[in-house]
Amino acid sequence: MSHLLPNTLAFFTPQSGGSPNANQIDSLYKIVLYVALVIFVFVEGALGYALWRFRARKGAVAAQIRGNTRLEIGWTIGAAVILLALAVLTFAKLSSIQDPVNSGPEGEHLVSDTQAAHEYASTTRRLPPSGKALEITVVGRQFLWEYVYPGAKEADGLGAPYSYEEMVVPTDTTVSLNIVSADVVHSWWVPQLGGKFQAVPGYHNYTWFKVEKPGIFRGQCALICGRGHARMIATVRAVPPAQFEVWLAKQKHELAEANALAAAARAKLGKEVGAGQVENP
Amino acid sequence: MATYAAPIPQIVAREAKPEPKGWASWITTTDHKRIGIMYMITTFVFFVLGGVEALMIRLQLGLPNNTLVSPQVYNQLFTMHGTTMVFLFVVPMMAGLANYFLPLMIGARDMAFPRLNALSYWLLLAGGIVFYASLFWNPPEAGWTSYVPLSGIQYSPGGGQDAWIYLIHLTGLSSLVGAINFYATIANMRARGMSWGRLPLFVWAILTYSILLIFALPVIAGAVTMLLTDRHFGTHFFDPANGGSALLWQHLFWFFGHPEVYIMVLPGFGIVSEILPVFARKPIFGYKAIAASTVAIAFLGFLTWAHHMFTTPIPEAVVIFVMMSSFLIAVPTGVKIFNWIATLWEGTIEFKTPLLFCAGFIALFIIGGISGVFLAVFPVDWQLNETYFVVAHIHFVLMGGAVFTIFAAIYYWFPKITGRMLSEGLGKLSFWLMFVGFLATFLIQHVIGLDGMPRRVYEYDNVGNLALYNLISTIGSFILAAGILVTIVNVVRSSKHGAVAGPDPWKANTLEWFTSSPPPVNNFDTVPLIRSYEPMKDIRREVEQRTGSAPGWGGQPSSVPAGATQIGV
Repeated sequence: MSHLLPNTLAFFTPQSGGSPNANQIDSLYKIVLYVALVIFVFVEGALGYALWRFRARKGAVAAQIRGNTRLEIGWTIGAAVILLALAVLTFAKLSSIQDPVNSGPEGEHLVSDTQAAHEYASTTRRLPPSGKALEITVVGRQFLWEYVYPGAKEADGLGAPYSYEEMVVPTDTTVSLNIVSADVVHSWWVPQLGGKFQAVPGYHNYTWFKVEKPGIFRGQCALICGRGHARMIATVRAVPPAQFEVWLAKQKHELAEANALAAAARAKLGKEVGAGQVENP
Repeated sequence: MATYAAPIPQIVAREAKPEPKGWASWITTTDHKRIGIMYMITTFVFFVLGGVEALMIRLQLGLPNNTLVSPQVYNQLFTMHGTTMVFLFVVPMMAGLANYFLPLMIGARDMAFPRLNALSYWLLLAGGIVFYASLFWNPPEAGWTSYVPLSGIQYSPGGGQDAWIYLIHLTGLSSLVGAINFYATIANMRARGMSWGRLPLFVWAILTYSILLIFALPVIAGAVTMLLTDRHFGTHFFDPANGGSALLWQHLFWFFGHPEVYIMVLPGFGIVSEILPVFARKPIFGYKAIAASTVAIAFLGFLTWAHHMFTTPIPEAVVIFVMMSSFLIAVPTGVKIFNWIATLWEGTIEFKTPLLFCAGFIALFIIGGISGVFLAVFPVDWQLNETYFVVAHIHFVLMGGAVFTIFAAIYYWFPKITGRMLSEGLGKLSFWLMFVGFLATFLIQHVIGLDGMPRRVYEYDNVGNLALYNLISTIGSFILAAGILVTIVNVVRSSKHGAVAGPDPWKANTLEWFTSSPPPVNNFDTVPLIRSYEPMKDIRREVEQRTGSAPGWGGQPSSVPAGATQIGV
């Protein structure tokens, strides 16, 4: 049985362990879970007890009670108080989930000042106290996630290093995600790194994570986006910052090489087409 | 006593004419009871179709990386399943029950607008046929929520999406016309003495259901019209490349969609509030609180739509407001559950099938309500939204909620509709199969969602225990289906061979049990003065006082032909 239920609590809780925000959601979830379990046992217990204790028996007479104002006001207030307490707990936890933390010493040199707000309609982008994070733009498209890293040569973002499906990130570094869509609505979700956020065309959505230890975190698109939805996989591979820099340099290099090849091919094609045009006026 | 004698309650079918026969009489009928029957049969057929789609979904997910159906067919299946269950089963089934019983419960001859009532039914049928006709071409595949741009012409070029739009329009018109009719009937045609404080709780629920429909339907009608013109006539309401907004659809859809949830469950709450007192042999606990909480839920239901949109780019002020309003709506819902349990408390509970389905409903709805609180806490929702946790939640509130109450209603009111009792043995078998099957199917889906499986995926990898959990869910769904099949067999068998019911087999509280079973075309010859929200209890008491014995027509099958039955001195 132990292999079926490796951890009883994990059975009842969402995934976590990759990033502080996911862990904080998990602990908020557990508070709700404990409150819910008490209410569940109490109410289902009362129902079960009533059904058993007051089943029709010989000689039993039903009490003709039509209500009890004091009792009814009591349980209305009781329910409201429990929910209010949950709301207060949520607000108490909110900052630790929403607000990014600073990068650690290892990742500090990888982050840069990030735009605090965007010109488009969007939610507020939250930044760590230092104001610095590694900004990665997540582009959802049928049926692939694209990740664009900082390092664009031009203002319009062209020439920035990018990757598909697997996002490589440095550990000990606060990563700020700018989630957008190129076609339909998608939803970015890697459970161990925090909650999901929709990629809506025309909008920016933001979230963050900070991975402490190297590892691979799996997720997938969470919102129906067409026939390939189930195979729209997202993987985050966290590596030590030094390794990340090597990887990013390699991506840049490969991209530059590919761009150079493409430029050469275009030039060649242009020449051929140009020559053709001369030959066939 | 010599000069004035109060009218004696009578069974009232003396002047009933034989009903017209043949299929043409059904097509041309404006009788609310016949329309009600057509509603119920039609919607049940759609329920079976939606159920078959659900079983195919579960078959596909029974094994990891299964290849039983293609991704395209899978998307069509969950789109058809969701749309069918919402628009062609739960909402119109409630309308069917209300059609049949609302006039009877308030002592009316028919609905306020009988021909409009017939129009409601035919619009519903037309909507269903248009939608299912797409099976022969291209069924829609963007989900019952049809988010743009996926449902736009560029990503869903097939006609199925248009069939979906017409379904929303036709069933929407049907519901709107029906809702106005219910409202007018309740407002104007109540029996003498039936003040608002004496309205049966099912009628309170239908009144609220109607008001919700009247407010919510124009919004979705506008939204799907915009989708239609975006698709075919070059407008850009939802096209971000041309100044439109893809998020607008989600707002409009859920502004309708969340009240729709209450449109589906409030009538069920009403059914439970009618049935529990009858089988606990005890008045409903807190009549006013239940009626008031129904109205409170309806009002708050319009303030919570954006809790379906916690993961979208919307301002935090909205998110916090919606979390609080969602918490708030849990209060009147909780109050109802407490009132129902208090109704059972110190009663003498008879475990007949209708009561079993009601008790099962409460047990399941508690779970659905509690999982709803998890989803209202928005940071938690960021993990749970769009996963199998949500699938489990909506099935606990809509299947455990609305559908279990519909089955309770079938077992409770079948004797009135047909004059025959359903088999108790088959009824109990059906209940236990459905209850156990339901729990096996949907309880484990919470865990599937927590383990990270999103909904609406046609396949999944065999990681962790996903394969085992999904297999449990699939097996459960077939047990659930077997339970539903038993009720179908029961209905077919009992409509011919069931024990004769008589006018009031349950010794119930409301006016529909005052007339014969099935009721004559004109329902009642005379309607007694209503003195409380339990008129039949008053009538039984009065008859007992006058005759010195319990009424002969309550609780035992009458051997006297309905047309000749008469009680009194």
